[in-house]
Amino acid sequence: MQNDSFIEFKHVSFGYGDRLILQDISLKIGRGQLVAIMGGSGSGKTTLLRLIAGQIRAQQGQVLVDGRDVGRMNQRELYQHRRRMGMLFQFGALFTDLSVFDNVAFPIREHTSLSTEMVRDLVLMKLHAVGLRGTESLMPAELSGGMARRIALARAIALDPQIMLYDEPFTGLDPISLATIALLIKKLSDALGTSAVMVTHDVHKSLEIVDYVYFIAGGKIAAAGTPDEVRASDSPWVHQFVHGEADGPVHFAYPAQQSLAGSFGLEGA
Amino acid sequence: MMLDTLFAPLRKLGHSTINAIWKLGVMSRFLLSILTHSGQSLLRFQLTIREVYFAGVLSLIIIVVSGLFVGMVLGLQGYNTLSRFGSADALGALVALSLLRELGPVLAALLFASRSGSAMTAEIGLMKATEQLEAMSVMAVDPVARVVAPRFWAGVISMPILAALFNVMGIFGGYLVGVVMIGLDEGTFWSQMQNNVDLHFDVVNGLIKSLFFGIAVTLIAVFEGFDATPTAAGVSSATTRTVVTSALVILALDFVLTAFMF
Ligand SMILES: Nc1ncnc2c1ncn2[C@@H]1O[C@H](COP(=O)(O)OP(=O)(O)OP(=O)(O)O)[C@@H](O)[C@H]1O
Ligand SMILES: [Mg+2]
Repeated sequence: MQNDSFIEFKHVSFGYGDRLILQDISLKIGRGQLVAIMGGSGSGKTTLLRLIAGQIRAQQGQVLVDGRDVGRMNQRELYQHRRRMGMLFQFGALFTDLSVFDNVAFPIREHTSLSTEMVRDLVLMKLHAVGLRGTESLMPAELSGGMARRIALARAIALDPQIMLYDEPFTGLDPISLATIALLIKKLSDALGTSAVMVTHDVHKSLEIVDYVYFIAGGKIAAAGTPDEVRASDSPWVHQFVHGEADGPVHFAYPAQQSLAGSFGLEGA
Repeated sequence: MMLDTLFAPLRKLGHSTINAIWKLGVMSRFLLSILTHSGQSLLRFQLTIREVYFAGVLSLIIIVVSGLFVGMVLGLQGYNTLSRFGSADALGALVALSLLRELGPVLAALLFASRSGSAMTAEIGLMKATEQLEAMSVMAVDPVARVVAPRFWAGVISMPILAALFNVMGIFGGYLVGVVMIGLDEGTFWSQMQNNVDLHFDVVNGLIKSLFFGIAVTLIAVFEGFDATPTAAGVSSATTRTVVTSALVILALDFVLTAFMF
């Protein structure tokens, strides 16, 4: 795809316990590129982001960020890596004991020694960017789901990170906010050169803004391509996704892995 | 099969013993990690002050009221017993010594564990359950340094102060009952107390006790919160464990400390 890859997965496998979630995944994300990850619920998209953030370590293979293996970093290197990274959590994860303002100001106050006025200006700017200026004195409990997610986005981009990880940024947004947020994400990559990975279910909106798409299914990369290639694709995986069909190669049911004996507690008896 | 059912209780005992020792080890390592991550809570002291407010200031009411009642009960019971031996004059000394040496530190710590310790566990546990601790660590901010250590130090600072307040209120309660209600001589009440209470032996040792209790209770509280299973049920059982374990540890520690001190 391109030689100058900023984030690269090399034959990565990961599982929780015995259950393998990702198997031999290889992918590349270039500097300043915006890449979408799509796949069914439970297919391991969040897991993939957690590997980049270093919250979990690959059992096999390497997760390279700027040429360095995240899985081999010690605590200090990991924190250094994270200082230039922003992550939007799937469920927001706002600090419930801090106001909206203090939430967005949190990374700024922790990592810089800017004056109170500068912090204030920065926070208001970020809130403006997500279309929520005027909410700064509210507490997280007073926000709607979609608002909380946008505040979390403002917090994630507070320090203009080089790497952005978005876990479903469009969920729960009305069409207007959705367009605003999509534009913001696009702008971050174009103007600031942020390399970004976006997990999303919104096929049509994301095809408008991303540079490349990976489809995950069954722990593997089922398909990949630029938005144009995806639209033109005749792969059944892609077709099912883009057109949202219930029947097809992606199965709706959770894979049953326990043996019958296991379900009755007879294993190893 | 027969042997299995026979040995089951034994195995359970062994299992819980190993678990307890394991937990003690994990907790010691956690304490070490708190200590090595305490830089921020001391340098940015307002973080700790904020927690002192939640842990200490909000416990004031319960400490003041309980101290007063305990002192009043001591006054009544003490007068009853002492007057049987014709030494009701010593009531002041009895009230002060019981409070300073035992009741103040122990009861204040028990109250602190149920009021503030449980709150700390629940708060940290909920932050974990809602991914807030993880979000913090992904923002390159260490949750032990930012969330746990300030609360730990706040607890350690608050406990002796709360115990001292408990003592003062208790002595005042004893005075109310002994002098105001029963009508003992005020001068005797206070001078008996002054003559029999030793600054180092009684007051300082009592404060040292409460310092130990403060460390133990707060460590248990923050550990249980940080270690909680990140679900609603997990947080609720962690909160219960904080109160129960703290109570046991306070009483056991009190015995050990008393044996060494007095
Ligand atoms: N902490 C964990 N322990 C054990 N299994 C887990 C854990 N987290 C996730 N899993 C499992 O890993 C699989 C992938 O989870 P992941 O959260 O990556 O899915 P996802 O693709 O993000 O799904 P969704 O679109 O619903 O958010 C799921 O089947 C889930 O059961
Ligand atoms: Mg997910």
